[in-house]
Order: sequence, then structure tokens, then C-alpha cells
Amino acid sequence: MTAAPVISAKDLSLVFHTGDGDVHALKDVTLDIEKGEFVSFIGPSGCGKTTFLRCIAGLEQPTGGTLTVNGLSPDAARRARAYGYVFQAAGLYPWRTIGGNIRLPLEIMGFSRAEQEERVARVLELVELSGFEKKFPWQLSGGMQQRASIARALSFDADILLMDEPFGALDEIVRDRLNEELLQLWARTEKTIGFVTHSIPEAVYLSTKIVVMSPRPGRITDVIDSPLPRERPLDIRDSREFIEIAHRVRDGLRAGHAEEAL
Amino acid sequence: MRAALPVLVVLALIGALWYAAVPFMNIRVSLDLAERMGETVEPEGVNVRRELSVPTLLLNNPGRIGETFRLERPRLPTPGQVLSELWATSGAMVLEGRGFSKRSLIYHGWITLRSTLSGFALGLALGLAGAVAITYARVVERSLMPWAIISQTIPIVALAPMIVVLSSQIGVEGRGLPKAIISAYLCYFPILVGMVKGLNSPSDQQLDLLKTYSASGFQSFWKLRLPASMPYLFASLKVGIAAALVGTIVGELPTGAISGLGARILIGDQFGTPLAIWAALLAAAILAGLLVTALDMVQRSVLRRRGMAA
Ligand SMILES: Nc1ncnc2c1ncn2[C@@H]1O[C@H](COP(=O)(O)OP(=O)(O)OP(=O)(O)O)[C@@H](O)[C@H]1O
Ligand SMILES: [Mg+2]
Repeated sequence: MTAAPVISAKDLSLVFHTGDGDVHALKDVTLDIEKGEFVSFIGPSGCGKTTFLRCIAGLEQPTGGTLTVNGLSPDAARRARAYGYVFQAAGLYPWRTIGGNIRLPLEIMGFSRAEQEERVARVLELVELSGFEKKFPWQLSGGMQQRASIARALSFDADILLMDEPFGALDEIVRDRLNEELLQLWARTEKTIGFVTHSIPEAVYLSTKIVVMSPRPGRITDVIDSPLPRERPLDIRDSREFIEIAHRVRDGLRAGHAEEAL
Repeated sequence: MRAALPVLVVLALIGALWYAAVPFMNIRVSLDLAERMGETVEPEGVNVRRELSVPTLLLNNPGRIGETFRLERPRLPTPGQVLSELWATSGAMVLEGRGFSKRSLIYHGWITLRSTLSGFALGLALGLAGAVAITYARVVERSLMPWAIISQTIPIVALAPMIVVLSSQIGVEGRGLPKAIISAYLCYFPILVGMVKGLNSPSDQQLDLLKTYSASGFQSFWKLRLPASMPYLFASLKVGIAAALVGTIVGELPTGAISGLGARILIGDQFGTPLAIWAALLAAAILAGLLVTALDMVQRSVLRRRGMAA
């Protein structure tokens, strides 16, 4: 008997009513995410990856189906601090130091001064930014800023981490390094992670489960459970298993495209 | 020093143009005066000269050009004359220990400054309150904004006397309050517009981030909207304080006020003492410069504390 899924979507649909007609951003999406999984969402632009993540976060209201997070409605789960959200742009406040930025959610959630300090120090260490607490965002590189924004999402100890293309704007080398760090962080914190990406290698390298999506209407076309071990050195990307999964993801993406062309 | 150089160059240029304009503006007055003193000028007779152009008069009387710089009641005083009048009615009086006498521009400047500041405070409160209301309730924008815009199309000189009359009707003593109202009327608008823009400057992503923390409206105002609006706030404060000063001076003009820089300008006009008008004008300009500079310094220190100065 396994525990109840952390995130459970059943026949989830979302239609945006726009000026020039309805957009089916999500249609009949059914997916369970278990505790401690690392789930990547991959698919062409406009297939609803961001929308799905935003539904989980309670930032978007589904128009059909059911969605629970930790057994609660997304709104209730958010109020219970179920998740931390990392946006594509680091979005640090320029008028706050790195420490001040990470303290932002803690101030809002009413942590005591002493606890704020302690948590800031701890998550800065977790993302390897100790010593940068007093720096301002413009003094940091893009990769460091994104690490700070991950620290901000980790600071209040939510069990779920939702990340929407967090490394999309970074170069490959920085990205590799951050991927490695993210895996270590995931192993250490045992969080459940939902991760949106456009990169097949990134999805395969990071995930225990890869969700392939396709657009118009946005839907899931394939769910791949990765056979790779949880412990993953960077050179696992040259292994046969890795390449096989990458192939399957690519086929899934291509199928979505071919279908659309018909 | 490098920052001062362009300013000094422009200043020198303005001074040169000003001096060059003085003979043209003053030659008629100068010739009229000389003729009345019994000296010979070319041609004789005020009515004859009226038919001639200014350059012709200058060419006919090259010897009189020097005098155009030294008239007691010139059409256009020289910068030097204005500065010495300004000194005579401010610094010199301070040295004599009469810095605060009713003839001193320091006294009148203080009167104007006081009402400018209270008008500015009133306008700031109105502008901020309006901007917050508009940010949090779209209805307010639709109902308030048209009136705010219309309010700025009414010439303040037409409105100022009415405000003074009305406030004395409802029993308000003195000129302080109506002047502050007029000045607030002029300065709330740039603050309102700037702050609406500033409070709405956070991106959707920044607002969503706070939503993921379940932040209250008050928290998102305090932690995000207000700090994000700071650069806009200072830009509109600088425009606003200049407008507040103009409003105060306009409020001092038509209302029979006897103190304040505006009153000095009016009295100078009535008594035909152009030097007094120009000195009061220059004093007003200096006051405006000081106010804007003071705000600039506050801005710098605030931004530096927020790590924004590179
Ligand atoms: N607020 C909105 N109003 C109207 N339509 C929207 C809105 N947000 C998203 N959409 C539409 O919904 C569809 C899915 O968008 P979504 O942002 O989820 O795609 P995505 O998979 O994240 O794409 P990308 O890879 O480009 O980020 C798109 O067609 C998009 O235009
Ligand atoms: Mg997206």
C-alpha cells in the first residue's frame, strides 16, 4: 500500500476565454505525483506546462476536473505553505540584498527575527551562496541570482518545489552545474519537485518521471518512468539507458507534432 | 567639477545673451530720460523716436549705449543689477542684522517657502491617497481620473482668487490656508500620475510570487508596490515641489497679499520698480533650485541605502 499521491490531477481542464476565441490550455490532464518524485514537464511552446504548474500553485483556476495537493485544494495547500515556486526569471527585488530577498517570504509568513536569520544562513549554504548575503542582486551573475531565487523558495521548508524553466536563460555550462546541484539538493531535502523544461537532456538527467505534453489542446501524450538510479553523476548522460529514454522523449514530442500536422 | 562645467558654460551663454539684449530693450527709456535732463539726443522728441526702429536709435546714439546698463528703472536690468539688488535686499540686510525685516527677500522667501511646504504636504497626501485608491480599485480610476485631468485644465490664475474669496467666506483667517490649497491643487497631479505608474510597476511575476506566499494586500503594498514605486515617487516629487512653489506665488499675486515673493513681484509692478520684480523672480528661482536639490539629496541617500548606486 503506497501513500496517497502528493499531487493528483484528474481530467483537469482549463479554457482561457480570449478576445479571439477559446484557448484549451489544458484538456483532460490526469496525473499522479508521488512524494519525493522529480517530475519534468516537457513539450513544445504553448502546450500548457506553465498553466499546469500554475494550477497546482493555485495561481490559475481550472475550468474542469479535480486537482488536489497534499489532499487539499490548491488554494488551501498554498495557504498551508505546501510549495515553493521558482519562476523563469529570478525576479529578485533589486532594492533588497540577497539575504533580504530570501527573508521576504519569511517576513510575510511571520517567522521570528532569529529564525529568519538562521533559515537564511541555512538555505544560502544549501545553494552554495554563503558569503553573498549582503550583496545586492546586480552584483551577482545570472546563475547565482537563480540559485538565490531557489534558496528563497526553499527557505520556508515547503515539501513541494515547483520550477518553471528555472535555468532556461542560462548557458549550458552553468546549467549543467546547477542541474547537478539541484539533484544533490533534492537528494538531501527529499522534496517533491515539478520541473518545466524545454531541454530533453535536462529532463532525462533530472527526473524520475518525465511528462511529455503536446499543444492545442494542451494534454499529456506520454509519461515515462525513468529507470535511472537516483544517484546520477553527470556522465550518466553517455549511458545507453539515458540515450534510450532521451529517444523515447523525442519520439513522444515528434508524435505530438505529427498529430498536429494532420 | 566636471559636472559643473557644462552648467557654467550655459550660464555664461545666458549671461552674454542677456547683456547683449540690454541696450536694445533700454535705449528708448535711456534717450527719453537724457532728453528730459536737457541733453541732446538724436533725433529729438519722444514721438519722432517712436517712428524709428531700435537698431536705428542705437546707431544714432552710440554714446548713450553705456547708460542703458546703468538705468535706475530699466525695461531690462542687467544680471549684475539684479544680483546687486538681490544682495541688497537679502545678504546685506542680514549683515546689518535686519535679515527678517519686512523689506528683506529672506523674510518674503520664508513666507513663500512656508506655504509651499504646507501646500506640498497637502498635495502629497492627496496624490498618494488617490494613487493608492486607484491602484486598489479600478472603479476609482474611472470615476476619479477624468476629474483629476479636468482639474489641471482650469487656469490656476482664474481659480486662485475664487479660492481666496471662498475661504474667507467660510471664515478662514489669513492667507495661509488658501495659498496652501492653491499650491496643493497644482502639485497633487504629478504626484498622483507618477505614483499610479510607480505602484503599478511591479511585473505580474513579482505579484504572483507574493501570491504564492499568500501575502495580504497590505503586505504586497508594503513589501513590493511601495518600494518599487520609489524612483517614480522622487521624479514626481521634484515636479510636484516646483509646481507647489508656482502655485504659492500665483496665490500671492491676485489677492492683495503683502508678504511673500509673489506679493513682491506684484508690488514691484505697481510701483514701477523693475529691479524689485527681477530680484524677487531670481529669489523664487533660487528657492525652487534649493527645494529640488534637497529632494535630490534625499533621493540619493534613499537609493544608496537600497544598493542602487553603482
Ligand atoms: N492568461 C492567459 N490568458 C489567455 N491565454 C493564456 C493565458 N496563459 C496562457 N495562455 C495560453 O494557454 C496556452 C498554454 O500556455 P502555457 O504558458 O501554459 O504554455 P507553456 O507550455 O508554458 O509554453 P512555453 O513553453 O512557451 O512557456 C497557450 O496557448 C497560451 O497562449
Ligand atoms: Mg511556460
